[in-house]
Amino acid sequence: MNENLFASFIAPTILGLPAAVLIILFPPLLIPTSKYLINNRLITTQQWLIKLTSKQMMTMHNTKGRTWSLMLVSLIIFIATTNLLGLLPYSFTPTTQLSMNLAMAIPLWAGAVITGFRSKIKNALAHFLPQGTPTPLIPMLVIIETISLLIQPMALAVRLTANITAGHLLMHLIGSATLAMSTINLPSTLIIFTILILLTILEIAVALIQAYVFTLLVSLYLHDNT
Amino acid sequence: MASVGECPAPVPVKDKKLLEVKLGELPSWILMRDFSPSGIFGAFQRGYYRYYNKYINVKKGSISGITMVLACYVLFSYSFSYKHLNTYHLAFLTSEHERLRKYH
Repeated sequence: MNENLFASFIAPTILGLPAAVLIILFPPLLIPTSKYLINNRLITTQQWLIKLTSKQMMTMHNTKGRTWSLMLVSLIIFIATTNLLGLLPYSFTPTTQLSMNLAMAIPLWAGAVITGFRSKIKNALAHFLPQGTPTPLIPMLVIIETISLLIQPMALAVRLTANITAGHLLMHLIGSATLAMSTINLPSTLIIFTILILLTILEIAVALIQAYVFTLLVSLYLHDNT
Repeated sequence: MASVGECPAPVPVKDKKLLEVKLGELPSWILMRDFSPSGIFGAFQRGYYRYYNKYINVKKGSISGITMVLACYVLFSYSFSYKHLNTYHLAFLTSEHERLRKYH
């Protein structure tokens, strides 16, 4: 059972070739572009959602920070669609692989930090020391702030991976528990099935929230550094 | 002037659509298709736009336009994991999928 449980997280291969590339390239097919002002229903809903999220996210940035808006909006759309597609049965979710989340988190965080260091070096260095610390504590606090800065990309990647993976695992476990109990004791099956439905609703929420959190934190790091 | 049903000059096999190719001509039709990378990409593009214009780019598109795509995606992922779901482990550890298949 142990191997069965983690089997859905193995990257799929066709004859040894990574088919994960194909699966990662699938979400853009669901988001068409258009050159017209008035479109079909799918494009209209998607454009409305994108406008809503981009306004919500980019109001807090100044002009320099808003140059990142394309990157951040496409990031949140990618993570949200990939997580939601992973809720379908038998599908493979690329965001469960730590490698992919690290590949997303490290360049974005590094870009934000290096932008800050290049433009306003005093402000960027000032983040290492919170205001009003007593003098003897300063060396230790600088070390702690440095560590907390360096751990930000790791935390971003691991947070996303762990949340999505844990959700998928829980659904697998409770689903197989429901199946197993259906032959033994019917009322408890209904209880467990209700738990499964609640979990699915939670997973949909988690999928969206994780996308939001990832993007929000990147934009926060950007805000600090522009 | 020729009437509507008559076709004066014969159309070459290569340019016929699939439903118009006769059964004997099928191997030569398949061999004459363009299998270069740009040809394959063109085929995918045409297929995508055919589906898009039929089901999604209409005035009152319904949700079935996108649910058909998602259903195909589920079937595709199932075919990928079919081999692994059917792997035979130890006697008391047969996969649920295998049991459902064998004893249905």
